[in-house]
Amino acid sequence: MSTASQSSVEDDRNIVTVENLKIHFPLKGGQTVKAVDGVSFQIRAGETLGIIGESGSGKSTVGRALVGLLKPTGGTLRYGDTDISALSASEYKRLRKNYQIIFQDPHAALNPRMTILQSLVEPMEIQGEGTRESRRKTALAALERAGLATEIALRHPHELSGGQKQRINIARALTVHPQFIVCDEVVAALDVSVRGSILNLFADLQEELGLTYAFITHDISVVAHVSQRVGVMYLGNMMELGPTDAVIENPLHPYTQALLSAEPRPVPSDMREDRRIRLEGEIPSPVAPPSGCRFRTRCPFATEKCKTEVPQWREIVRNHRVACHYATPDGRIG
Amino acid sequence: MLVAKSEQSIGAAALGGGNPAASPDPSHAAPILDVRGLSISFRGRDGITHVTRDVSFQVAPGERVGVVGESGCGKSVTGLSLLRLLPERTAIINGEIRFDGCDLMSMKPKEIRKIRGRDISMIFQEPMTALDPVFTVGQQLIETLRTHYPMPFAEARDRSVQALRDVGIPSPEQRIDEYPHQFSGGMRQRVMIAMALICKPKLIIADEPTTALDVTVQAQIIDLLKELSENTGTALLFITHDLGVVAETCSRMITMYAGEVVESSPVDDVLRRPGHPYTSGLLRSLPRLSDRGGRLPFIPGRVPSPHAMPEGCRYQERCAHAGAGCDRYQQMVEISEGRHARCHKAADLELEGAVT
Repeated sequence: MSTASQSSVEDDRNIVTVENLKIHFPLKGGQTVKAVDGVSFQIRAGETLGIIGESGSGKSTVGRALVGLLKPTGGTLRYGDTDISALSASEYKRLRKNYQIIFQDPHAALNPRMTILQSLVEPMEIQGEGTRESRRKTALAALERAGLATEIALRHPHELSGGQKQRINIARALTVHPQFIVCDEVVAALDVSVRGSILNLFADLQEELGLTYAFITHDISVVAHVSQRVGVMYLGNMMELGPTDAVIENPLHPYTQALLSAEPRPVPSDMREDRRIRLEGEIPSPVAPPSGCRFRTRCPFATEKCKTEVPQWREIVRNHRVACHYATPDGRIG
Repeated sequence: MLVAKSEQSIGAAALGGGNPAASPDPSHAAPILDVRGLSISFRGRDGITHVTRDVSFQVAPGERVGVVGESGCGKSVTGLSLLRLLPERTAIINGEIRFDGCDLMSMKPKEIRKIRGRDISMIFQEPMTALDPVFTVGQQLIETLRTHYPMPFAEARDRSVQALRDVGIPSPEQRIDEYPHQFSGGMRQRVMIAMALICKPKLIIADEPTTALDVTVQAQIIDLLKELSENTGTALLFITHDLGVVAETCSRMITMYAGEVVESSPVDDVLRRPGHPYTSGLLRSLPRLSDRGGRLPFIPGRVPSPHAMPEGCRYQERCAHAGAGCDRYQQMVEISEGRHARCHKAADLELEGAVT
């Protein structure tokens, strides 16, 4: 049933390649919001790439661009080896169904007037897939795969809990057999006690169907749990990208270090490490981002060089990249 | 005592100065807030919906207490009811709310208005909706102060500038004349805190004050609230779903589930060995940075609807330890000194917390 079943977990194929991706939004008066401004990374088949960042970092904008909901202002986006800007509309539509997205608010993503079954078959109708009966079968199979009873199919969204609705959204994405799913804050709107069951479901589906995920969230503990690699974004740039263990245990960029130490931890007072690099101020406006390194206005280590030179995207440890003039392999700055 | 509070008391407790109420061990002092048997229901088209039942807790002077629970557990409604902010037409409130010796439930609207903002103030999740967009932050601060303490405008303005400075707003002399939309999210929340503190209240009720903020800004606001509460001896009732925030800010944690308080314990104790199976389930559901990959624990099922509450323990359908006796009404039982849980098995259970 899965078109992606031929992909073994974490082979060398890149499902998505992004090079120097830029997404700018024009404002009145000729200014532009540089939401994403030169980001490069690959997502390998079968892996989960976590993307973390605060509001305004551009992480959701990247996620939308990955599934074609936003057109890049600059740079390239490739699905496998195919540059999607070179495709015709019909070619693109066919390829596009392999790349799905699930959003934060499970309620807003469902039409309140449609039954669950109607919502589930809609993507297949749009793709012109199968017959009425085969679409219904696929929808019910997807429901079961998402851990729901098929009786739910005839209900409406308001009759379901948040966790159930998010399972519906997952099931709906599965109906078109995607290879790749962008998960944009998919557990943020759910209560803590049910988050675990939804995250477990994502892990099960990945194993069964060989899915690849981009997991976008502001919650470091969630990203740490589900991802093999983590990218850290700040003000439209990628600051650090590496294996999850390395980024969490030995963050190289001062921003990552600050982000990790700002996370409130539910541990008793005698086990709490002393607070953190405390960041002053807030994320600057993406209309007029700081020159040089974008983090320099809040960075405790910033120098004159950070003002004038944009840091290179350096691989200073194997598979672990960082955009900071002063980052060192052992995590010291300077 | 409240009504008789003189103008001098605010002058005596100058901003940033110490407050004699901030005793080193607040747990033995007479409570500043004493809530007993608080039950809240709402009248609606389909009859009466019971939202909370028999909620009781105390807050000592200068104490910081966290109220945690998932959406719909009644924590925000409880917070609003303390200042009688629920709609009078539809809300039915029973029980006792005593603040500093006075009965808030029997007060006339005029009397309660004197307490709001002066002795008890409130901080909400979204500062943009709590601040008035058509007045400068200075006008709003000055109005709050002069409503409760008649004083010359110039003096009120000076105090407002100082209040903004105390919450870490740079160049407060200029920013006081700006409008809320000219402030960033974190700075707006600082304005809210300045406004909550300007009359030197004895208690601040903070309802998810950092939920709308980014984690690096949240860290700043948490540190600020903790520091101000320590310096001024202001007690804090911190309503949040974030157990990490409670762990970093509060000394005691009250857990609510389906409209009831199910546990009240010192934070450090509850993180190590919770007394109620629901608290344990919540703590275990948090993904831990140190324990990556693998299966995440979660609580099966969902919160019962207010219209279909089970007899007896409200958590029993989701509880791994449910058994004989759970279908009876559960009292709060003392597990050890200062630790209570609404579970008849609490003393015998060895429950896992956030650390192992």
